[in-house]
Amino acid sequence: MNRFTRVSSWAAMIGALAAGASSVGAQQQLIEASKNPNQWVMTGRTYDLQRHSPLKQITTANVKDLHVAWSFSTGVLRGHEGNPLVVGHVMYLHSAFPNKVYALDLAKDGAPQIWQFTPEQSADAIPIACCDVVNRGLAYSAKYDRLYIELLAGDLLALDAKTGKQVFRVNNADYKKGETMTNAPLVVGDVVIAGISGGEFGVRGSVTAYSAADGKRLWRGYSTGPDNEVLITDKTLKSPYPSDQGKDLGVSTWQGDQWQRGGGTTWGWYSYDPELNLFYYGSGNPGVWNPDQRPGDNKWSMSLWARNPETGEVHWVYQMTPHDAWDYDGVNENVLFDHGGQKLLAHFDRNGFGYTLDRTTGKVIVANPYGPVNWASKIDLTTGRPVENPSKRTSAKGNTEGICPAAIGFKDQQPSSYDPDNGLFFVPTNNICMDYEGVEVKYSAGQPYVGAIVRMFPGPGGNRGAVIAWDPIKGKIVWKDNENLAAYGGTLNTAGGIVFYGTMEGWLKAVDAKTGKLLWKFKTPSGIIGNPMTYVGPDGRQYVAILSGIGGWAGIGVAAGIGAEDPTAGLGALGAFGDAGSYSTQGGVLTVFALDKAPAK
Amino acid sequence: MRWSSVPIVVLVAGLTVSSFPPRLHAQADTTTNEVSLSALPAVDAWRTIHALRVCGDPDNMPFSDSLRQGFEDKIADVIAKALGDSVTYVWWPHRRGFVRSTLSARTCDVVMGLPTGYDPVLETKPYYRSTYYAVSREDRHIMISSLNDPALRTLQIGVSLIGEDYTNTPPSEALSARGIVKNVHGYSSFYDPENNPNDIMNAVISGTVDVALVWGPTAGYYAKLSSVPLRLTALPDSDSTGIPFAYDVALGVRHSDREFRDKLNEILEQQHDEIQQILHEFNVPMLPITPH
Repeated sequence: MNRFTRVSSWAAMIGALAAGASSVGAQQQLIEASKNPNQWVMTGRTYDLQRHSPLKQITTANVKDLHVAWSFSTGVLRGHEGNPLVVGHVMYLHSAFPNKVYALDLAKDGAPQIWQFTPEQSADAIPIACCDVVNRGLAYSAKYDRLYIELLAGDLLALDAKTGKQVFRVNNADYKKGETMTNAPLVVGDVVIAGISGGEFGVRGSVTAYSAADGKRLWRGYSTGPDNEVLITDKTLKSPYPSDQGKDLGVSTWQGDQWQRGGGTTWGWYSYDPELNLFYYGSGNPGVWNPDQRPGDNKWSMSLWARNPETGEVHWVYQMTPHDAWDYDGVNENVLFDHGGQKLLAHFDRNGFGYTLDRTTGKVIVANPYGPVNWASKIDLTTGRPVENPSKRTSAKGNTEGICPAAIGFKDQQPSSYDPDNGLFFVPTNNICMDYEGVEVKYSAGQPYVGAIVRMFPGPGGNRGAVIAWDPIKGKIVWKDNENLAAYGGTLNTAGGIVFYGTMEGWLKAVDAKTGKLLWKFKTPSGIIGNPMTYVGPDGRQYVAILSGIGGWAGIGVAAGIGAEDPTAGLGALGAFGDAGSYSTQGGVLTVFALDKAPAK
Repeated sequence: MRWSSVPIVVLVAGLTVSSFPPRLHAQADTTTNEVSLSALPAVDAWRTIHALRVCGDPDNMPFSDSLRQGFEDKIADVIAKALGDSVTYVWWPHRRGFVRSTLSARTCDVVMGLPTGYDPVLETKPYYRSTYYAVSREDRHIMISSLNDPALRTLQIGVSLIGEDYTNTPPSEALSARGIVKNVHGYSSFYDPENNPNDIMNAVISGTVDVALVWGPTAGYYAKLSSVPLRLTALPDSDSTGIPFAYDVALGVRHSDREFRDKLNEILEQQHDEIQQILHEFNVPMLPITPH
């Protein structure tokens, strides 16, 4: 294929995309758009969140020649999670608070701006956000040619993708109550689904659907409370596990009215299965009361969910960590994949276990540790519950030392990727453990108290992270690349046989998907907590793009200017990552790489 | 010492804050961006600025509010007068990140009320001591002098919520250590137009709860304003579970500002009577300060 025909087919594809609006269903349209490997129209490239690209111009043989094609500063110096989208010849990029949105013209030299939009937002939301003022990215609707973003201060914003003009802005969360928004929304057909952050302030977690057309609220499903508010109905599957069976468990597994401030926030990545018409996500930690004060399972915090996107109805829900005492939010991504005719999903939880579930029923097939877990010996596959090590349960009554993983988990928000060709997951991980220590005098809003302090430190081996290749059927690590700091950004795998990932020092690395062998690396301006993505530009070349800009929970010290002198700051993260500032300083730059020319076919 | 490199911390934090100046409730007094960081000496900011720059919560009566009606605001006036300075404020809600965003960012120089032993700051000598109180309506004739009282297993109890780090106020922790959880109701200290500092006291007045366990200054102040007589019973200094209920309260400055701290100690001593008078006017129930 020469360059001319490549460009023509590109133009034809864009035309088809525009023309298709009336003839094809909104949902089908987006699915078709996501199938085109040249673009990247949703956060995980496809609804299954596999972050796998069929592109193979860049291979294990030529990746060594990759170099910077262009770069772009977002103008914001805080943690940059997520990745841009590419639709046709336009790249759409978001920033950390104040959540700027840019449209960049990939057809022009140096990708100049087509438009930019800076939403007005109250800066009062900044100190409320727990772990830096990150944003995990945009969602695109092909039918409406619109972009959607969740703003930190609580509004869902819709922009016209052509002009960057605001189409609507609706409120979903109230920062005055401690509610903020950081996750990438999910567009399914005519519905946009938004999540919520702020579990530590007694927020009641929920997912909420809005009309993609006009922002009208369609439904809200809470994480706690009676079944009719959680949207558990007669049609919800009966759980295979006795402790997840019964009516109104979102009330009865709490004391009194505690569920009203029960947490279970929903700030992770959302996947979707068009055949089953179900979307998948996880809920966070139980809220506001300490573990001794809320005996019970505290449902449905720390759970994996399958819901119908049009009605919000729960198809199944499975609680991974009942009665959490470690802050192991269950929000990490659920990556959908098929194996041996089975429809599965994999989830690498903060609690240190890598789960493989039947995504039609919510039944756990595999649950093995993907790091040196010690708070539980295993997940009992007959009950679905962890078999706990009582000496590692935290309590207000005393110190608990050497808990692995730390609250930040062996993996936090940084999304894994899946290679459907060889059946492996590539999982960016943290190797961090913690001490949870009894008494330190603290003060909050007019009240002195004695609180626990969390100290995080490197886990066994001393490296603070690793990227692992994981077999989701055997539940085993295939290879492992240790990292000095955490691998706190996502991974991308390509048909070229490469896994790309970033490090908190700022390296973008390319490793051999088969062996983990390092093939190429480049030092970007700041630490990386974003996700690599790839696309083919109008010139026919394959590009790889990565946001750098240290921050997030792991990098909060550098992003917010907290020194290593206080190891318990940043919810304990400074103890583990206090030296992150010696490798890079704050940033907010997209760096885009390419080969000199597209290799001949 | 954990904070040995404070000046470095402070400079980086200061830059962060000035990129996003806080716009909290009241702005009139904010001095956030008026002083260039490089112009500041490492210590003794108060000497060159000629203003007592207070880091305060804009919405937390009886301690402070943006109209400067709290007892901490009145005490700040007394101290500023003794220094021969005026008072300016940086307002920031007193929750996670407060010290980092205010005192450590060098946008203000003193926090008016913090428990002694609070690590992020260098403390003065304490100027009052209080404890948590059991609050009930007089007409209910509830006598609670210890959390071991069996009545607490059946009464409806109100406690303040903190929620950070999976921790709550000392009496609510002490209740859960006794397995008392079902009949305990939480009142948010994440204050907003719908959650006010006096909600927990109003719950006692309206009968939503039978008894509330409330930090002394809040209990005393709102009891004085109450339309019905309330009974306040001090909980002991510390609980049989080992959890302390009573705390000494001091001013807090940056660890590097030792000279300023010493000056404040002098003033606290000189102005002792006037400060005590203010605490009495606000009906702050006090215990004798622990000898140091």
